[in-house]
Amino acid sequence: MSRFSPYDNNGGSCVAIAGADYCVIASDTRMSTGYNILTRDHSKIYKLADKCILASSGFQADMKALQKLLAARHLIYQHQHNKQMSCPAMGQLLSNTLYYKRFFPYYTFNVLGGLDNEGKGCVYTYDAVGSYERVGYSAQGSGSVLIMPFLDNQLKSPSPLLLPAQDAVTPLSQSEAIDLVKTCFASATERDIHTGDNLEIVVLNAGGVHREFMPLRRD
Amino acid sequence: MFRNQYDTDVTTWSPAGRLFQVEYAMEAVKQGSAAIGLRSKTHVVLACVNKAQSELSSHQRKIFKVDDHIGVAIAGLTADGRVLSRYMRSECINYSFTYESPLPVGRLVVQLADKAQVCTQRSWKRPYGVGLLVAGLDESGAHLYYNCPSGNYFEYQAFAIGSRSQAAKTYLERRFESFNDSSRDELVKDALIAVRETLQGETLKSSICTVAVVGINEDGTNEPFHILDQDAVQKLIDAFEIVKEPATEAPAAAEPEGADGAGASDAAQDPPAPAAADEGAAPMEI
Amino acid sequence: MQRGRSDVEELAEDESGEELLLSSDRSRQAHITSSSSAEASLRLAFAKFQSTVSAHSPMESNQAKPSLLASESDSQRTLSPYVTGTSVVALKYKDGILMAADMGGSYGSTLRYKSMSRMTPVGKHSLLGASGEISDFQEICKYLDELILHDSMWDDGNSLGPKEVHNYLTRVMYNRRNKFDPFWNSLVLGGVKKGEKYLGMVSMIGLSFVDDHVATGFGNHLARPILRDEWREDLSFEDGVKLLEKCMRVLLYRDRSAVNKLQIAKITEEGVTISQPYSLKTFWGFTAFNNPTAGAEGS
Repeated sequence: MSRFSPYDNNGGSCVAIAGADYCVIASDTRMSTGYNILTRDHSKIYKLADKCILASSGFQADMKALQKLLAARHLIYQHQHNKQMSCPAMGQLLSNTLYYKRFFPYYTFNVLGGLDNEGKGCVYTYDAVGSYERVGYSAQGSGSVLIMPFLDNQLKSPSPLLLPAQDAVTPLSQSEAIDLVKTCFASATERDIHTGDNLEIVVLNAGGVHREFMPLRRD
Repeated sequence: MFRNQYDTDVTTWSPAGRLFQVEYAMEAVKQGSAAIGLRSKTHVVLACVNKAQSELSSHQRKIFKVDDHIGVAIAGLTADGRVLSRYMRSECINYSFTYESPLPVGRLVVQLADKAQVCTQRSWKRPYGVGLLVAGLDESGAHLYYNCPSGNYFEYQAFAIGSRSQAAKTYLERRFESFNDSSRDELVKDALIAVRETLQGETLKSSICTVAVVGINEDGTNEPFHILDQDAVQKLIDAFEIVKEPATEAPAAAEPEGADGAGASDAAQDPPAPAAADEGAAPMEI
Repeated sequence: MQRGRSDVEELAEDESGEELLLSSDRSRQAHITSSSSAEASLRLAFAKFQSTVSAHSPMESNQAKPSLLASESDSQRTLSPYVTGTSVVALKYKDGILMAADMGGSYGSTLRYKSMSRMTPVGKHSLLGASGEISDFQEICKYLDELILHDSMWDDGNSLGPKEVHNYLTRVMYNRRNKFDPFWNSLVLGGVKKGEKYLGMVSMIGLSFVDDHVATGFGNHLARPILRDEWREDLSFEDGVKLLEKCMRVLLYRDRSAVNKLQIAKITEEGVTISQPYSLKTFWGFTAFNNPTAGAEGS
C-alpha cells in the first residue's frame, strides 16, 4: 500500500558564476518526477532583488514556498529600510530560513547569485539545511555532480586555505562565462535525465539584468 | 461646571445620539497637517504638507507606500497612522502570498474601517486618531478612499483632510469634475495647487510638501505607488507657477490663486477657518 | 473570517513544520493558541495571525493534531486513499480550456461508483478537475465554495481568477502536506479571465506548475506524449475534443480503473459547460488484445 511521502525530487541543475563585475546564474527549465517529465518550461530562477537572484532545484513545492517566503521577507525589509536587500544580506537570510526548518527541511538545493556592495559578482552556495559559503562559482541539483568537477577544472579557483585569502571571483569575461555555462549544461544534459529542455541564463551586471535562453536536448 | 457627562468613554452615548470620544478622535484628524488626494480614471495622486514639530526637528512622514498598488496619506496622530499602514502592508503581503495577485483596494479599506470601528465599541480601547486617504489600483481602476476614525469610509474623486483642508476642498470642489479625464501631470499640478491653498500665504516649496502617485500608464503597464523625489517636485512647482503667472491662461484654475498665490497671506481667503465652522456639523459626518 | 485568511495563518504556522515532530500535546496547544508557533514564525510577523486564530475552522481545531508518536491506527489522517478517481486530462484550445475525466470511482480495484462527477466550476472564471481520493476532492470543493462565496459577497467588481484559485489551491495542498495530513488528490485547474487562458496542476504534496496541456496519474504517462505530438495553440473546439477523446480512449484501453463513461468540460470567457456523460466508441479487436498473455510463462 502506498505510504505518504511529503517529499519529491523534481530534478534540475543550477549554476552560478561570479566575475569581477558580473554574475551569471543559469538553470534548465525541465521539471520531472521519477522518469516522468511534468513540464518542459518551468523556471527555477527567481529574482529576489535587483542585484540578487536565486536558482534552486530539488522539491518544487518547497522551492516555491521558499521563494514566496523570501519575497515576502524582502518586501518587509524594503518597507522598513527603504532600500533593497544586498546580496550578502539575502545570503544570510536564506541560510537562516533554511536552518529554521532544520528538522523538516526545505528539500531544496540553492545557489544565490548577485552583485555585492562593491558591485563585484558574488555566489552563495547552500545545502538543504542552510550551511552556506561564498564562492566564485557553484553548481547545485541533479546535474551538479557532472558540472561541478568541470567547473573546478576550467576555473581553477584559488584554494580557500590560502592565506592571505585570495579573491574567489573567476578571471573569465562575461561572455566567456556565459559560453562556459552553456557548455556545462549541454554536457550535463547528455548524461543526466533530469536536466534538459531549455537553459535559462540570467546575467547580472552594472547595466542591470539580462536574460537569455538556449535549447537543450529534450530526450 | 457644565462638564460634558457623556464623553468619558467611547461606549457612552449622549442623549442626542452622539459619541463624543469618537468625535474627539475625528477632531484629531483636523489638527494634523493637511493631506490631499485626487483621482482620475487612471491615476491617483496624494499630496501632503510637511510640518515640523519644532524648529529643531525634521517633519514626520505622512505618506506611506503600502504595496505597489496602494499608498496612504495620513492626517492626525502619526503614530496611529504608522500602525495602520503597517497593518495594511501585512494584509497586502498576506493576500499576495495566498493568491499571487494584489489585494483589491476597496477590500483593504473595508478591513481597515472594520478595525477602526471595533475601537468605537470597546470600553477599553480608544479610537484611532488618524484619518487616512487611501489611494490604489485594482481590477476596476483607480480609487481614492477616506478612512475616518469613526469606522466610516468614503470613496472620493478628490478630498482633503487635516488642518486648513477646507481651503483645498474648496479648490477641489471647483475643479473635480474635470479630474476624471485628467492626465497624470494635470493631477499632480492640481494636487500642488490644492496643497498651496492650505498654506495660507506661505510659499509652496518642495521642502514642505510630499507628492506621491500611483496609476496605469498609457501603455497599460502600472506605475507603482511611489513618492516623487524632492527635486522633481520643485521642478514641477517651478513649471506650474510659470504656467500660472500669465493668469487666466489655464482657464478655470487660475483666477483665484493668481490673486492669493502672489500676495502674502492676506485677504481673499475663502471660507473662515474650518475648525470653528465645523463645530456644529452633524455628529458622524466624515 | 474567510477561508483565505485563516489559511495564510496556517501557512506561517505550518511552515514551522518541526511542531509536528514535537510531542502531540505541545503541538495541539500550539494549534489552538498559536502562540508558540507565532513566536517561531516571526519570519512573517503579521500581528493579524493572532487575531484571526479564533476564525480557524472548528473542524480543524477539534480534530486531534496528528503526531508521529501516535499509532497510525488511531490516526484521523488520510493514510491511503479509499475511493479514487483516475486521470484528468486538460488542454488549452483557441477559446479557452477543455478538460476530460471519466466517471468511475474505484474502491481499491473495485469499480464502486460509476457516476462520479470529478469536474466542477469554481466561480465564473475557473474549472477544477480532480483525480485521487473523491472525499478529499469534495472537501476541497467546500473550501472553494466558501472562498468564492466570500469573494462574490464583496460585489465590488473584483473577482478571483484561475491564477488566484490555482495559487490558493497550491497553498492549501502544501499546508496539508506540511501537517502530514494531505488531500490525496492531483488537481487540474483551468480557466479564462480577461482573455488570458490559464491551465495548471497541483499535486497532493503541493507541487504545482502551469502548461499548455496537463494530465494527472496515468494520463501523464499515456496522454501527454500524444498531447506533446498533436497539441497546437490554435486548436478548434472540435479538434480539441477529438484530441481529448483520443487521449481518453488510450487511457480506457490501458488504465484498468478507467471506465467508458466520461464528461468533457469547456471553459471560455463565456463560462463553464460540462457535457452530459457519454461513452467512446471502442474497438477491442486489436491483435494485441486477443490473447494478451500469449508468450507469457504458463500460458
